[in-house]
Amino acid sequence: MTDSKYFTTTKKGEIFELKAELNSDKKEKKKEAVKKVIASMTVGKDVSALFPDVVNCMQTDNLELKKLVYLYLMNYAKSQPDMAIMAVNTFVKDCEDLNPLIRALAVRTMGCIRVDKITEYLCEPLRKCLKDEDPYVRKTAAVCVAKLHDINAQLVEDQGFLDTLKDLISDSNPMVVANAVAALSEIAESHPNSNLLDLNPQTINKLLTALNECTEWGQIFILDCLASYLPRDDRESQSICERVTPRLSHANSAVVLSAVKVLMKFMEMLPKDLDYYGTLLKKLAPPLVTLLSAEPELQYVALRNINLIVQKRPEILKHEMKVFFVKYNDPIYVKLEKLDIMIRLASQANIAQVLAELKEYATEVDVDFVRKAVRAIGRCAIKVEQSAERCVSTLLDLIQTKVNYVVQEAIVVIKDIFRKYPNKYESVIATLCENLDSLDEPEARAAMIWIVGEYAERIDNADELLESFLEGFHDESTQVQLQLLTAIVKLFLKKPTETQELVQQVLSLATQDSDNPDLRDRGYIYWRLLSTDPVAAKEVVLAEKPLISEETDLIEPTLLEELICHIGTLASVYHKPPSAFVEGSRGVQHKRLPPRAGSGESTESPDVGQSGPSEAPPAVIPSQGDLLGDLLNLDLAPPTATVPSVQPSMQMGAMDLLGGGLDSLMGDESDTLGGDIGGSPSMGAGLGAAPAAMPASLGGAPAVGGGLGDLFDLGGGVGMPTGSYVAPKTVWLLAMKAKGLEISGTFARRGGIIQMDLSLTNKAMSVMTDFAIQFNRNSFGLAPAGPLQVLTPLSPNQTIDVSLPLSTSGPVMKMEPLNNLQVAVKNNIDVFYFSCQYPLSLLFVEDGKMDRQVFLATWKDIPNDNEAQFQIKDIHLNSDVASNKLQGSNIFTIAKRTVEGQDMLYQSVKLTNGIWVLAEMRIQTGNPNYTLSIKCRAPEVCPFVYQCYELVLKN
Amino acid sequence: MIHSLFLINNAGDLFLEKHWKSVISRSVCDYFFEAREKAVEPDNVPPVIRTPHHYLINIYREKIFFVSVIQTEVPPLFVIEFLHRVAETFQDYFGECSESTIKDNVVIVYELLEEMLDNGFPLATESNILKELIRPPTILRSMVNTITGSSNVGETLPTGQLSTIPWRRAGVKYTNNEAYFDVVEEIDAILDKSGTTVFAEIQGVIDACVKLSGMPDLTLSFMNPRLLDDVSFHPCVRYKRWESERVISFVPPDGNFQLMSYHISAQNLVAIPVYVKQNISFFETGSSGRLDITVGPKQTMGKTVEGLVVTVHMPKVVLSANLNATQGTYNYDPVTKILVWDIGKLNPQKLPNLKGSLSLQSGAPKPEENPSLNIDLKIQQLAISGLKVNRLDMYGEKYKPFKGVKYVTKAGKFQVRT
Repeated sequence: MTDSKYFTTTKKGEIFELKAELNSDKKEKKKEAVKKVIASMTVGKDVSALFPDVVNCMQTDNLELKKLVYLYLMNYAKSQPDMAIMAVNTFVKDCEDLNPLIRALAVRTMGCIRVDKITEYLCEPLRKCLKDEDPYVRKTAAVCVAKLHDINAQLVEDQGFLDTLKDLISDSNPMVVANAVAALSEIAESHPNSNLLDLNPQTINKLLTALNECTEWGQIFILDCLASYLPRDDRESQSICERVTPRLSHANSAVVLSAVKVLMKFMEMLPKDLDYYGTLLKKLAPPLVTLLSAEPELQYVALRNINLIVQKRPEILKHEMKVFFVKYNDPIYVKLEKLDIMIRLASQANIAQVLAELKEYATEVDVDFVRKAVRAIGRCAIKVEQSAERCVSTLLDLIQTKVNYVVQEAIVVIKDIFRKYPNKYESVIATLCENLDSLDEPEARAAMIWIVGEYAERIDNADELLESFLEGFHDESTQVQLQLLTAIVKLFLKKPTETQELVQQVLSLATQDSDNPDLRDRGYIYWRLLSTDPVAAKEVVLAEKPLISEETDLIEPTLLEELICHIGTLASVYHKPPSAFVEGSRGVQHKRLPPRAGSGESTESPDVGQSGPSEAPPAVIPSQGDLLGDLLNLDLAPPTATVPSVQPSMQMGAMDLLGGGLDSLMGDESDTLGGDIGGSPSMGAGLGAAPAAMPASLGGAPAVGGGLGDLFDLGGGVGMPTGSYVAPKTVWLLAMKAKGLEISGTFARRGGIIQMDLSLTNKAMSVMTDFAIQFNRNSFGLAPAGPLQVLTPLSPNQTIDVSLPLSTSGPVMKMEPLNNLQVAVKNNIDVFYFSCQYPLSLLFVEDGKMDRQVFLATWKDIPNDNEAQFQIKDIHLNSDVASNKLQGSNIFTIAKRTVEGQDMLYQSVKLTNGIWVLAEMRIQTGNPNYTLSIKCRAPEVCPFVYQCYELVLKN
Repeated sequence: MIHSLFLINNAGDLFLEKHWKSVISRSVCDYFFEAREKAVEPDNVPPVIRTPHHYLINIYREKIFFVSVIQTEVPPLFVIEFLHRVAETFQDYFGECSESTIKDNVVIVYELLEEMLDNGFPLATESNILKELIRPPTILRSMVNTITGSSNVGETLPTGQLSTIPWRRAGVKYTNNEAYFDVVEEIDAILDKSGTTVFAEIQGVIDACVKLSGMPDLTLSFMNPRLLDDVSFHPCVRYKRWESERVISFVPPDGNFQLMSYHISAQNLVAIPVYVKQNISFFETGSSGRLDITVGPKQTMGKTVEGLVVTVHMPKVVLSANLNATQGTYNYDPVTKILVWDIGKLNPQKLPNLKGSLSLQSGAPKPEENPSLNIDLKIQQLAISGLKVNRLDMYGEKYKPFKGVKYVTKAGKFQVRT
């Protein structure tokens, strides 16, 4: 009596027969027929032709038959939409059934029928079911909203189902809560920006309560949802952690891993000196270890995640090395992962054990695994210096086995060990040379050739060895050819007398007989170097190489941080951010770890700095002293531009230093800057764009050619349209304080454009390049409107005058004094900081002339407390001349009254940020002292306006 | 969430498919077949396979690949756990989880899969609930069904589905009330050539068979709960009480279930019950080798070691083995290159020994790799970690149940290197 009988009919008229049976009067026969149909369906046979007949069976009291028909409907409704409509009535009726099981079943099935016409009819029953008295129906309905959203998102929003769903988060039944969360999470995935899961402390509390009572699957959804919450402070973070920790003992590994994710993320916020922090670290290890005793598939996913966790917090598993030891019958994918983690955990304390294991693995059967094990020995040597000697001897033992692929792999890693510890293990070279003939893989051959070339002076027959490779030069892979070329040139530079012939041979092979451009180019370069300047050639070819770093395969910190937020997901298995590969996750937001609380943290450890907040607003800088400290902390290491051949990556680094480092200080302006600052090679690109911007910003000063001329002198010669006063340059940055760079400068306003005129003088002995500038936030938002145009390198004792257009759209912060400006200038040597003060007249705009009536009204409007009086002494100008002079600096005279031989000038000034300043200047004929009354809603600007008056009138 | 499921047998035939959302063409499995091909051994197929538009997450159980298709970011462990649950449910319903039983019960399988997931969200995965919804097939029931025309689908809402103890149904009644617990410990160990322990740990589980009427509330306590620092519980266990009092307090599911599993890590000293003296060597010339294995008791706590089996994975070049066993029987399979020596009970007075020669493929070089030995054994009435149940108390019901605890120790992944 089994179901296999349903598969047995293979006669021609099968469909026809089934049709007859479906329409039979006998219930039992009908049911059997439906079962046969379902059985055919499961194996992929097309039974859609029976649609009307099966739908006819739907009106039945028999629950099993009903379920079977529903199954069928779900499968075929799409291909028979018109027929499916016939079923709608039954569905609607079933949604009102007394039995909650049938209500739930009906609403569940309707959601699975992906036919638009049916969807419309679904809304009303669904609305009722979402408010059903039976929680079983409610939880089914919650999922149905997600289904409906998948079919017709607009409809769901229009019908307000999303709000109902949100309400279900507060449902009394934990299963309903869990399903609502699951449904919302799924919907949110297709709406990255919607605020569907609006988490606040109240909802979090509800979720945490439901977490204890719902099923294991519900717990996964809730935990994943919790992980996207950002607690307000460390205390909330701790309380969530406390309530999540019991989940670590759950039997379902997915629950455990989701809990680990929440803890790893929120832990970031806890102060490290907190007792609880340590407790939590200890609690994390056992569940992770337990995951490794599960089925291999689970182990694999767990291992991929542990790999991330070990990189982020190695302290968690540092004592658990042994659980990662490979077992003979582990599947290969588990073996390889374990090996990787073993190396990450290797330290001086456990290296002996690890090496013994690795040696054991190197004799296993699986070639891939053996290779990786040998490679791992090399990585251990590089990672744990104390073990290097043991590793080398282990590798030598392995070479003695003469197993071909082991030997080759060993030689490749020994090369790396040489690079890490030069001049230490050269005694093994003889053993290596013995195995020269057995090497047939390009990587191993290349490694061996490198070793011979590098230590040519200690190998007596180096020339013979290399010559033997040269015979089959054309058959080698490019990698080997390049290595051979370099090695022979090295050999020649070390032993020039005996190897002249050899080097000529290889150079001609590389340059004349090869069609590989890389090889040819390298050949030519060597050739020319050798023929023009052998000393230089020696310096270049035999230059000291930088030591290789211990861990080359670490995940980059920002990516690691993001991946930690995605523990347990596909992203964590692939070690790639979800945005990189998950389809349908349009615009996934990059998750970041939360910032750590506590002020004493900033200096604690570098890893805190890396994981610091990026979203957090830049800290307000309280005083100048601190500011300088802060600026210096901005990880602006001097770029090492002394290397003659600057790698592009270096340049990128240098560019980031300023662009990225000052970002937090500079806000939005840094985009334009960061892009244009660059090293000399990338400067070219920056320049391409620059000319387009320059004319626009220099519109008022046509004589300024590319911002290179001496603007100050030109300014005098050509004449400003209105002749505003420009102060002479003063020295801002002393050469002795800036490694030889002296900067002097002044500010000017020309034709509505604010400019900073700078003279850069190189008083050092070496050439300066790669200049860039940034401002700290300041009172009026001054910021560079373009890059600093220093086009040619600044040779020693050369001075360059530059005019930098400024905008006032930068970030604003009140400074003390108000007109203070803090500047950072970078060049290839370092970053320097200075501060200077600008005249406020820089900010007086051209349309600052107020209407008389408005002036009167405003004057009255401003309280008398805001009025300030000043004396301007020793001015010998009459009122008209003074007024003209002032107008040149955008101080406009609106009216003039003469009362009792006293000229009263009423004047207005408007600042770039829209502040109006009103002034009354009394000039008594014959008296060189003027009286100035200034009224402004922002009285703190008054003294600076007075300064401008004085400056303008006296010059 | 989980989109579709395909069941594929070892020969690569796709014999069942189920879609919880829209239908995905089975051609997506081609990527799986490709990976399967590459892996050679079915065990080595990577569990997560990426295809251009989908992800295939698979497990291999009882010679069947359970391949699930997902389209969006889903926790892979969630999928794998679910697939395991599917396999366990089949096992539970049909006695075994094989291609033929699945085909025999295809309608029930389909109904089960439909109940287990809704739109890719798990719905009912507890076997208690499923059994109320869909009754497992029994010969008697299918006969009754044929005669009376009734079906094997439950008509009522499963009671456990929504209560705060979803694992237990209400109104359970037994004439004999009994509760049995099996403490099963497996030793995972790696011993090196000289017999020193490279690594050893204990994986323990407590399996329960509880047939008690009503709503019993049980408390299980241990003599030495300190041993347990890394535990995973069935959802029925009240974690708070474990944290505070180190007792296991729970309302049990009805029938068989796993109460808890625990893990005693490599850092604690793990007793190794047997030692193995072995010498397997191959000669440079003559295409032959020698094998000599002796097994003896080590730390058995005075109990007898039973069911002792030694398995050796020989190098490929070993053609046959001509051996002599002082106890038990041996068998060498020249196809899989596996030598199995079934010893049985270990007699401490007369240690079992297997000795003889191996013949290799002529002309082939001496094998490079060392074969490794896997040991299988069983010790009754002993939990090797020393864990002991103190007492079991029942609250909430008046009757007196029969209680029993059984201990057994087995070898898990117990490996000896040569």
